[in-house]
Amino acid sequence: MERNGTAYSSKDFSSDQDVRWCPGCGDYSILKQMQTVLPELGINRKDLVFISGIGCSSRFPYYMNSYGMHSIHGRAPAVATGLKAANPELSVWVITGDGDGLSIGGNHLIHALRRNLDINILLFNNEIYGLTKGQYSPTSELGKYTKSSPLGSIDHPFNPLSLALGADATFVARTVDRDPTHLREVLKRAHEHKGTSYVEIYQNCNVFNDGAFEPWTDKKQRDANSIILQQGQPLVYDGGNKGLRLDGLKPQIVDLTEGFSQSELWVHDEKDATKAHILSRFFNHEPGPDKFPRPFGILYSEDRFTYEEAMQNQLDKALELQGKGNLDELIRGKSTWEVE
Amino acid sequence: MTMTTREEKRSKVTIHFAGDSGDGIQLAGSQFTLTTALQGNDLSTFPDFPAEIRAPIGTVAGVSGFQINFGSEEINTPGSNPDVLVAMNAAAFKKNIRNLKKGGIIIANEAGFDKRNLRLAHMDESVNPLDEVRASDYQLYRVDITKLNREALQDLELGMKERDRSRNMFALGFVYWLFHRNLDPTLQFLTHKFQTDPIVLEANIRALKKGYHYGETIEAVKRYSIESAKLKPGTYRNIVGNQALAMGLIAASQKAGLNLFYAGYPITPASDILHFLSRHKNFNVKTFQAEDEIAAITAAIGASFGGSMGVTATSGPGMALKGEALGLAVMLELPLVIVNVQRGGPSTGLPTKTEQADLLQAVYGRNGESPIPVIAARSPSDCFWVAFEASRMAVEYMTPVIVLSDGYIANGAEPWRFPKSDDLGKIQAPYFSGKEEYLPYKRNDKLVRSWVLPGQEGLEHRIGGLEKEKETGNVSYDPENHEEMVKIRAERIARIADDYPALERIQGPPKGRVLVLGWGSTFGSIKVAVRNAISEGLEVSQLHLRHVFPLPNDLGDIISGYDQVLIPELNNGQLSKLIRQEYDASVTAFNKIQGLPFRADEVLEKIRELHGA
Ligand code: SF4
Repeated sequence: MERNGTAYSSKDFSSDQDVRWCPGCGDYSILKQMQTVLPELGINRKDLVFISGIGCSSRFPYYMNSYGMHSIHGRAPAVATGLKAANPELSVWVITGDGDGLSIGGNHLIHALRRNLDINILLFNNEIYGLTKGQYSPTSELGKYTKSSPLGSIDHPFNPLSLALGADATFVARTVDRDPTHLREVLKRAHEHKGTSYVEIYQNCNVFNDGAFEPWTDKKQRDANSIILQQGQPLVYDGGNKGLRLDGLKPQIVDLTEGFSQSELWVHDEKDATKAHILSRFFNHEPGPDKFPRPFGILYSEDRFTYEEAMQNQLDKALELQGKGNLDELIRGKSTWEVE
Repeated sequence: MTMTTREEKRSKVTIHFAGDSGDGIQLAGSQFTLTTALQGNDLSTFPDFPAEIRAPIGTVAGVSGFQINFGSEEINTPGSNPDVLVAMNAAAFKKNIRNLKKGGIIIANEAGFDKRNLRLAHMDESVNPLDEVRASDYQLYRVDITKLNREALQDLELGMKERDRSRNMFALGFVYWLFHRNLDPTLQFLTHKFQTDPIVLEANIRALKKGYHYGETIEAVKRYSIESAKLKPGTYRNIVGNQALAMGLIAASQKAGLNLFYAGYPITPASDILHFLSRHKNFNVKTFQAEDEIAAITAAIGASFGGSMGVTATSGPGMALKGEALGLAVMLELPLVIVNVQRGGPSTGLPTKTEQADLLQAVYGRNGESPIPVIAARSPSDCFWVAFEASRMAVEYMTPVIVLSDGYIANGAEPWRFPKSDDLGKIQAPYFSGKEEYLPYKRNDKLVRSWVLPGQEGLEHRIGGLEKEKETGNVSYDPENHEEMVKIRAERIARIADDYPALERIQGPPKGRVLVLGWGSTFGSIKVAVRNAISEGLEVSQLHLRHVFPLPNDLGDIISGYDQVLIPELNNGQLSKLIRQEYDASVTAFNKIQGLPFRADEVLEKIRELHGA
C-alpha cells in the first residue's frame, strides 16, 4: 500500500507508546508479526481499526499506530459490530483473549460469528487469566492448579474452534505465537477472507502459565503432536512418518513408514464443514503417540454474504420501495386536521 | 322502529374500554383515539394491559384496558373516573365498575356474563351482576354483542372463532354511534390492515357498521356530541410517545447530517422504538437487534466511534445491564443517546406498568465519577422534542445523554401541532478543524473535545476506558492527572446547564406559598391539579423540569420564591432527594408507587392539604 508515494514499513504501524507486557510474553511476537504483515495487506492505515476488550492481550490497540479502541471486558465483538455496520469501509480487527472472548464476552463472540461481518477476531489463548494474576480460564485444562483452583479446576474447558464452528463461523483457524511465519500467513488469510475470520492464537503467558503449549511449540515434541493443514494436501505429520485417513467419518492415524500409501490419506479441504468439525475435535490435553495431532492452519473457510452487505441491501431496498425519506412527511404522518 | 333519541352536548368525556387481552381492546382504543383526534377533540389516552400476552382467558388478571379522555376543552390527562365503561366480560366489569362515575354508562357484552365467565372472574355464579345494576346508578346497555355479531357474519366463510374476533369492531361501532364519531378513518384502517384477506376485512367492516346501526335500532336514550377543541390554530396529528421519540431521533440525525445507528434488545415498553425505526431505513437508519442489552449499547458506541449517531433504548432492567458501557461512553466522550422507557421496578418488576423510579439510576447509577446529562419527556408529543434535544446535546457536547420516558407516555397518545423540519435547529458536530495539532482530548472553551473519525488520514489515535492523560489521551495512572480529569469531566457536563433556555413557569405567580415541581410524565396531572387549585383561590404555581441533570442554574432562585415545594413523583421520592441535596428548600414529597399515573384529584388534594385547607 502506497502512502505519500512510499510503501508502509512495519514501523509505520507501531505507536509511540511503551509496550508494557511482561518480558518474554507471547504477545510481543503477535504484535511484531501483525506489524510485519500489515504492509503486505494493502490496508490504508487511516482505515485500520483495532478494537479490544480487557485483559493482557487487549492492550494491543495502544501499541498500534492506527485507529483503536480499548473497550470494556468482553464487549469488543459488539463494539466492532456497530463500527463495521456503521462504516463498512474500515478494516476492523478485534483483539481478545480466552477470558475476554470466551468467558465474559462469550455471548458477543458467538453472535458476531453467526452474523458474519467482515471483521477479524484474534483470540489470544493463554489458558489463564493473566491481568488478574493467575486464575483458571475457560480454556484451562481440567484439574489445573491455579490461585483460584488450589485443588484443581473442575471446569470442563471450551474447545475454541469447535465452539466457533458450532456458531457457524465462516473462517476458523489456529496458529501459535512461536511460529512467526505461520502466524503471518494465517493473519494474511484472515484479512483476505470476506466475513468474520476467527483465529485462535496459542500465546504463552510465561508468568502464570509458562509452557502451556509446549507439546506444540517445543522443537522436540511439536512434530509428533501437531499437524499443519495445507489446502489440497494430504494430512501428513511427524516428519512424514504419520498420516491421517478417514474411514467413513472416523479419523485414523496411519503409519507411513509401514508402506501405507499417501494416496489413501485424507486430503485437506477447508471448504468441507464436516471435516473441519472432525479436525476441531482433535483436542486431547495430553498428547501421545496414539492421540490425534493438534491441527494448525485454516480448518474452515466459507463464502457467505456479510452482515453489513445485507444491512446495506435493506437500506437500498427501503430507498427503492419508500423513496428517500422526507422528514416533513414523516412528522406529518398520514392523517392530520386543521384548527382554525 | 327508531325511537326519538335525545341529543346532549358534552365538553369532555372519559371512556374506558375493557375486555380480555385477546379481545382487541387496544386496537379498538387506538382506533377511537385516531377518529377522535381527526374530529378535532383534544385528548389523552392510557392503555393498561397485563404483562402476559394472553393471560388466562376470562380472568381479572387478563383484563386489558384502554382509557381515553377527550373533549372540546384542553385535556391533559386520560381522566380519573370514566363516564363510560365498555365491558366485554364479567372480569372487565368487576375490575372497573368501582371507578365508573355515578350516572355513567355501561356497555356490557351480555355473552361475557354467563356462568363460565362469572366463575372465571371469581364472581357469584348464581347472580348476574348486570341484573344488580340499578337504573338510578348507571345507564346500562346490555348488548349481546357475541350473538348479534355472529348473526351479522352468518354467510361469511369464517369459523366461529374468527367471527368472534371482530366483536371489538361491533362494540366500537356502537360507541361511535353514541358519540357521533365518523366511521371513515377506521374503515380506511381496516381496508389497509386486511388488504390481503378480503373475508376478514368484510367481517370487520360489517361488525363495525352493525354496531353503529345497532344504536339506531334500540331504544337508546341519548347520543352525545363533543365539539372540536379550541386548540392553538395549526395543523395537528395524533401521536403516540414511542413513535414521537423515534421520529425525534430521525429528525436529529438528519439535522446533524449523520446516519442514525439504533441498537436495541427487545424489552417492554421500549420495543416499539425499534419497530418504528426498522420501518424507516429510507432515512439512512440502520437498526440492529442485538444479542443482549450490553451488545446494544456497545454496538451503538462502536457506531458512534465510526461517525454515526449511536442510539440505544431500553427499560430499567436493561439500563442496569448497560451501566458499565455508559461509563465507557463517559470516558470516550463520544455522542450517544440512551433512552430508558421506565416501568415498574425493581428487577423485572411491573413490565407493563408505569413508574419514575429510575431517576437516581440515571443520575448516579455507574461506577466512578461519571456524570451524564439526563433529560425527561413530559407527554407523548414531548418525546419528540426530548429525543431531538438529547441527540443535539450528545453530538454537540460529545457525551452520552440519558432520556427518561415511561410506559405511560410511551404508549399514550395526544394531538400534536407538529413542527416543520425547517423550524428544527441545526445540529453541529464538533469535527476537528485541522488548523492545529490534533490531540484526542484537547478541548474547546466548552471543554468539548473534537470528533475525529476512523478513515481520516493522519489523525489515527486510540481511545479507551482507562484513565487518560489530560490532552493527549494517552493512558495515565498519574494521581494528579486522574483528579484533574475527574474534575474536567464533571465541569464539562455542569457547563451544559449554562446553555439551557431559561426555565418557564407553567402557571401561577412567580412567588408565593406553594410551588409544585415535577418532571416527566406527571406533567398533565399536575397541570390540571394546579389549574383547579388556582381556580379555588389557592396560591400555587407549577414548574416542570426537562433537564433533570445537571439541574438548571436558575432553579434555585425560582424555588427560593416559594414557602414550600411540592414534588409529586411516581417513585419513593427521587427528585425530592436531588432537590433537598442541592437547595435549601422546604420540600414535601408526594409519592405514588402503584404502577399507575397520578390522578389530577390526588395532586389537588395534596395541594389543598399544604394550604391547610
Ligand atoms: S501476565 Fe502473562 S499474558 Fe499477561 S503480559 Fe504477562 S506474560 Fe503476558
